[in-house]
Amino acid sequence: MTERIVNDFSITVGTVNGSGSSTANTTILRALFKMGIPVSGKNLFPSNIQGLPTWYTIRVSKDGYLARRDEREIVIAINPNSFAKDLDSVAPGGAFFYADDIKLAVTRTDIAVYPMPIKSLVKSNPEITANLRDLVSNMVYVGVLAQMIGMDMTKIEQALDFHFKHKAKPIALNMSMVKAGAEWAAANLEKKDPFYVESMNKTDGMIMADGNMAGALGSIYGGVQFVGWYPITPATSLAESINDYLPTLRKTVDGKETYAVVQSEDELAAIGMAIGAGWAGLRAMTSTSGPGLSLMTEFYGLAYYTEVPVVVWDVQRMGPSTGLPTRTSQGDLGFAAHMGHGDTNHIILMPGSVNECFEFGWRAFDVAERMQAPVLVMSDLDFGMNQWMTEPFKYPDVPMDRGKVLWEVDLEKIKGDWGRYVDKDGDGIPYRTIPGNRHPNSAYFTRGTGHDEMARYSEDTQTWVRVLDRIKRKYETAKKYLPGPVTHKQDGAKIGVISFGSTDPAILEAQQMLAGKGLKVDYMRLRSLPSQDEVFEFIGSHERVYIVEMNRDGHLREILMVEKPELATKMSSIAYNDGLPLTAKFVANAILKLEEK
Amino acid sequence: MSDSLPMAGANVQVNAAGLSKADYRGAPSTLCVGCGHNSIANQIVSVCYEMNIVPENILKFSGIGCSSKSPTYFLNRTFGFNGLHGRMPSVATGALFGDRSMRGLGVSGDGDSASIGMGQFKHVMRRNVNMVYIVENNGVYGLTKGQFSATADKGLELKKQGTNMYLPVDICMEALASRATFIARLFAGNAKQVKEVLKAAMAHRGIAVIDIISPCVTFNNQENTYYSYDFGKANEEMMHEVSFQQADPSFHQGSEGSSISYIPPKPEIMLEADMIEGEIREVKLHDGSSIQLKNLEKGYNPTNRMEAMRVLEEAQENNWLLTGIIYIDPSKPALTELSNLVDTPLNRLTEKDLRPAPETMAKINSLMF
Repeated sequence: MTERIVNDFSITVGTVNGSGSSTANTTILRALFKMGIPVSGKNLFPSNIQGLPTWYTIRVSKDGYLARRDEREIVIAINPNSFAKDLDSVAPGGAFFYADDIKLAVTRTDIAVYPMPIKSLVKSNPEITANLRDLVSNMVYVGVLAQMIGMDMTKIEQALDFHFKHKAKPIALNMSMVKAGAEWAAANLEKKDPFYVESMNKTDGMIMADGNMAGALGSIYGGVQFVGWYPITPATSLAESINDYLPTLRKTVDGKETYAVVQSEDELAAIGMAIGAGWAGLRAMTSTSGPGLSLMTEFYGLAYYTEVPVVVWDVQRMGPSTGLPTRTSQGDLGFAAHMGHGDTNHIILMPGSVNECFEFGWRAFDVAERMQAPVLVMSDLDFGMNQWMTEPFKYPDVPMDRGKVLWEVDLEKIKGDWGRYVDKDGDGIPYRTIPGNRHPNSAYFTRGTGHDEMARYSEDTQTWVRVLDRIKRKYETAKKYLPGPVTHKQDGAKIGVISFGSTDPAILEAQQMLAGKGLKVDYMRLRSLPSQDEVFEFIGSHERVYIVEMNRDGHLREILMVEKPELATKMSSIAYNDGLPLTAKFVANAILKLEEK
Repeated sequence: MSDSLPMAGANVQVNAAGLSKADYRGAPSTLCVGCGHNSIANQIVSVCYEMNIVPENILKFSGIGCSSKSPTYFLNRTFGFNGLHGRMPSVATGALFGDRSMRGLGVSGDGDSASIGMGQFKHVMRRNVNMVYIVENNGVYGLTKGQFSATADKGLELKKQGTNMYLPVDICMEALASRATFIARLFAGNAKQVKEVLKAAMAHRGIAVIDIISPCVTFNNQENTYYSYDFGKANEEMMHEVSFQQADPSFHQGSEGSSISYIPPKPEIMLEADMIEGEIREVKLHDGSSIQLKNLEKGYNPTNRMEAMRVLEEAQENNWLLTGIIYIDPSKPALTELSNLVDTPLNRLTEKDLRPAPETMAKINSLMF
């Protein structure tokens, strides 16, 4: 037998969607995590409720790499319809587990093959009634796999305990099938592949969470008061998580609510309500994905020009059009950066980890209220709907920034002498009053039509130019309130990479791969737009910079090139999007290929 | 807040809130002379003055179109939001959560509500958002110079458009189908009735939809067409004479919630002598105000949805301009009353109310896995 390969391979499970396999798959993921092994899990699923092929891929990485890999060392095939494809996909020398009720020929001889009697094991358990069989049958492959690669049974039990919220009955039922699978494998299968897991301590202090839940919790710690939302994959669970956690985190001692959540009739209404609430002084937000963002565009332009604070989450999926609703992308950036007609430029926060989804959740409100502007937080399906190991959420380290607001006492002090769009401080940010202010000089009229500094209707040409220029100045000021880029340098690197969002793990890994091949690369991850000077200094100080992103046309590169045309020749695009999270291998190969030219 | 109200000059007549009529006015109208919308704006000023409403307790909303320009022509001391075409309802829905002691006053038109905004129009009804929703209805797009709106009668002829081929949308029927809790149809030329019904609408809890036939003197005022002044003056059939009696102050003392009005002591309301029992129908509002309806030809009961549907259907079939309060249900809670919100206005809450305590963070992290 070949040498053991420990904690460094990928597992893919091919099942039918709607069959309850996600419980089994996340149980494997969580148990490995509890064994201290860095893991990442990605659900590659169809836009469907029941019956179509779906895959779940888990990477275990002793080195802590969290990016997806294309290679599948272990494949578990449960779905007859994807059986042939799944069999084909096993890496040479890999292992193939399959449900033995699939009566199809296993033609490969370069891999270890393990049939699993899932149906008969489930049937032979008298405690499992017919209606429960489908629900627990997936646990058999968890048990077989656990036995064959050496997973810790107590960690599997912990994962089930978490999943079933400490309810003894389902935990015991599922665990009995895990054990049945493991016992059967111990008695009947001979280990013929080299893949093993062993406990480590590399996940100590880490948590597992998805980006939508993290964004939801971040929003709650940011004091969200109003959510208008409309269901859309992959953003739905963000608003749902807010709904889940608000009652425990944000009710007063006497049980009263400090917030309101409205599921609206569509995305137009969702952002309309949020803008109304933001205008009325509430920390207001909505969450959506590309198609919804398209619908929100007119309102977004209104919020820009009327200077209303509002936070919008875009959990990106593949577009254009309905596109691939269950596949990840960074394809909205080009559109989002200037959403709306006329002259606009927007503040965008781009979290690069699930932990940052939490952080930007609360920070977005501070930025929106400080800048009196709509703030877009761009996440994606990979963050939003997959479980990630991440640093624990950190309590906000700065007090809330409510921005420049005048209440009754403030107006009394200045004898009511103020104007809604007057740039008193020279930073482009005016003062605002909030409806409900009872001072007789507090009211003003908000309009999307041309207005002057006193918020009066105006078609005067110079007034229009003055107001628009002042708003542009405000976006210059914004840069100092935005999270700056994160840089990973290598001594003597002459070339650089720039990216944002969920490509981070693939690029960090590619950086190591390239270093192994003698190519040093500095890496800068952007966390917001508009970009600070630091970004252009980075580009200017390298011979070439590759801008890596998950879209076809290189949106970030376009934005940076337009911002600093004099640096344009230094920027090369590595833009690719097939709906799957980027792999390090793809990034490293793309850079090597371009470097050869 | 009453003690901090600015008093008008000594020679000026003031209401019980200490405000003169000038305190309720807006900027001069830029609409056409004779536009029905202007008379409605004037009625809003009178109504708020007479009801002693504190202007800062109202929020104005509108969409896009001639009608939607009008919120600048009344209540200068009131916050207003002129948003997007057809999207007034969503902005109002969110904004009214800021401070739920305030009442919304929205002005839209038939173009803004019956076409592009139909979706939001219907959903703001079923949510019973706490606002008066006026539709200044003239059957025509004015600001784009004379296209048919969705409420235009089939067969209507307009200069550039030819003949309207489609059946009209009935604002009141749509509101009824969407379960609005207060629905009225009025004619802008009947100032007295507009005023009384507006008062009742202001005092109502939740949504109050008022479909006001408000002729467009420039693009759609042809003789013998439904939306013209001539037609309205000759054919308006009032279902009842409406008189509104504002809440007795003693009622307010013991009641929950606050009033948008500054309420002074006043003598007890007496029914007029000529209103004998059986002809008068009284509807009590949640704040103790009452609407008295003196039925004219029909013994109409506006608290019955079936009846409301019947009269609307009848009016449509016979091309009657039937005016009055078509439906009212004062018992339904407004949207902001559906959840158990804190007493302090949400927009007055501070960091200590809004950010969970630091010690909760560890607990949340432990819930993650």
